[in-house]
Amino acid sequence: MNASENPFESKRNWTKLREKLGVGSFGIATYFILFCAALIFGQIAYKGLPTFFKSEAPYVNTEFFTSNPEILRVWHDAEGNKFSMPDKKFDVWRRDNPDAVILDPHALNYSAGGIAGPLIGTALLVLFCMIIALSIGISAAIYLSEYCGKGRIMSMIRLSILNLAGVPSIVFALFGWGIFCHAAPAIVDHVDERSLFAFSIGSNYLSFQGWGTSLLAGSCTLAIMVLPVIITACEESLRAVPKGFREASFALGSSQWQTIRKAVLPYALPGILTATVLGITRVAGETAPIMLTATSTDKTDMPMQALQNEGVWAFFTQSVQALPFHIYTLAKLPDDPLSKPMQNGATFAFLLLVMGFAFVSILLRNRVRKKLKW
Amino acid sequence: MHDMSKKITALSKTTKNREASTVIEVDDIGFSYDLGKTETLKGISMEIPKNQVTALIGPSGCGKSTLLRCLNRMNDLIDTAKITRGAIRILGQDIHAAEVDAIELRKQVGMVFQKYNPFPKSIYDNVAYGLRIQGVKKKSILDEAVERSLRNAALWDEAKDRLKDSALGLSGGQQQRLCIARTIAVRPKVILMDEPCSALDPIATAKVEELMLELRKEFTIVIVTHSMQQASRISDRTAFFYLGELVEYASTSHIFTSPSVKQTEDYISGRFG
Repeated sequence: MNASENPFESKRNWTKLREKLGVGSFGIATYFILFCAALIFGQIAYKGLPTFFKSEAPYVNTEFFTSNPEILRVWHDAEGNKFSMPDKKFDVWRRDNPDAVILDPHALNYSAGGIAGPLIGTALLVLFCMIIALSIGISAAIYLSEYCGKGRIMSMIRLSILNLAGVPSIVFALFGWGIFCHAAPAIVDHVDERSLFAFSIGSNYLSFQGWGTSLLAGSCTLAIMVLPVIITACEESLRAVPKGFREASFALGSSQWQTIRKAVLPYALPGILTATVLGITRVAGETAPIMLTATSTDKTDMPMQALQNEGVWAFFTQSVQALPFHIYTLAKLPDDPLSKPMQNGATFAFLLLVMGFAFVSILLRNRVRKKLKW
Repeated sequence: MHDMSKKITALSKTTKNREASTVIEVDDIGFSYDLGKTETLKGISMEIPKNQVTALIGPSGCGKSTLLRCLNRMNDLIDTAKITRGAIRILGQDIHAAEVDAIELRKQVGMVFQKYNPFPKSIYDNVAYGLRIQGVKKKSILDEAVERSLRNAALWDEAKDRLKDSALGLSGGQQQRLCIARTIAVRPKVILMDEPCSALDPIATAKVEELMLELRKEFTIVIVTHSMQQASRISDRTAFFYLGELVEYASTSHIFTSPSVKQTEDYISGRFG
């Protein structure tokens, strides 16, 4: 048989060319996105990493992770040598060297110290937000997927939830500011004059005066913002549990709640954890909602101090610093090379924090998935 | 044809006293999947005797699975399902009466499904599921029930050394027998089987069939099957359904050797369906 008789001979035609073009452009798009991501991450890491380390032992800049932002004092002496020092150190140094010549002194805000406060603040906000959002979100998802019917009202509710996911975060921020900061009920000793109304219970008052700019208000606002995402994703993962499990459970004489708890929820867990990852990465990065409801820039004590000194309620109603908002503050600083390390370091730390959250959740999900295979 | 099925039911009623006592009594049941617009079951009447295997046969869509799912009210899970007429009495109780709890009913009327569906848990946890749901916590009781059920389901020898392993590591036939073990662990009176062997190979099928013959000593079994050979091998009585009606219901030997209705004969001999 000679070659020209090959019945499967390759033919050049338009279909093939189009296919090649298609595959090629999909590939280019994918690699373009990868390239952009690598460029951004690489840039942030390259600029931020030096802040994490220092030249002398122990080589890791522990101060950056363990202390709060400080003012950096900058000046030069008579010979034109430049000096810079964090505020507290400067006071000590000044006492020891009262005769030192200080020319052209100025202060750079937030350019010394570290990011401990914002780091802890963001972690707390994300933690409490996810506790609130998951407990409400999973309950709502269970109701939507297992209990309620398929009527027109239910599909309207579903549509509204989906639409809520697309609402800009500043709208949620204003909502949270109005409700949680200024109208939410609190049990207080004396009623603030901003209270909407109040009535007494025993020696205290139940006053609708809000929780002020606080950790609690911020967490609730973030929770409401992320709820649509969580409800939708959880509902999907509940629906994806095979019908056979439900039927088998019912056929063994279990009630609906027993079936959900024992034969549905455990197998929806990987999906729910995926939703959590999505939620966390979104929540940790949000700036607008916490800017209005939770954060303050010039807070010097750590969040835990309130818990130790004044109790649980004070802990939840204190304002906190938060990393995304801190980065925003840093970005607005006047341009000075001495401010750069803080800016770059904080950004890189934030990136690592969000990646860390996502990484832990993915690990958790993979572990659960391995256990539950069907 | 409707008159015919009534006549046959009447006929089986007269012979009732000479046979084993009746466990399930289906009385002119009508069922609809769309709130009564179209009837999937059009007035079925039959009596299912105790400790026997009753096979429901018929072409796809004839309503046999629907009837089976009416017997433990699994159709309650479908929003638009509706009983349009008649009644089903199990152990003398109308199962659709207001004071009947479907959950309690399903504890007495268990079900094995077409596609074997063990939970992705250990073999032990699968069998213990029903008892744990009922609040049994004591390990000795659970251990004993698990062993007894697995022995009943002829799975003990294969599974006793791997009770803590995932049920999904078993072969298809073993998984289906595990589902049977899971069902009999709660000691139901009736076991409903919805094409239990359709996803199994011939050897696994033979094992499950053998098991059914063993189980009928303790349980009343109703099985839906597409295999006429299977019906003839294992059942004591056979009901032939067509388009939502009960065409013929009699002892299996009667149905397979000298059916009274032409349609039954055509179906059994493979001329239609």
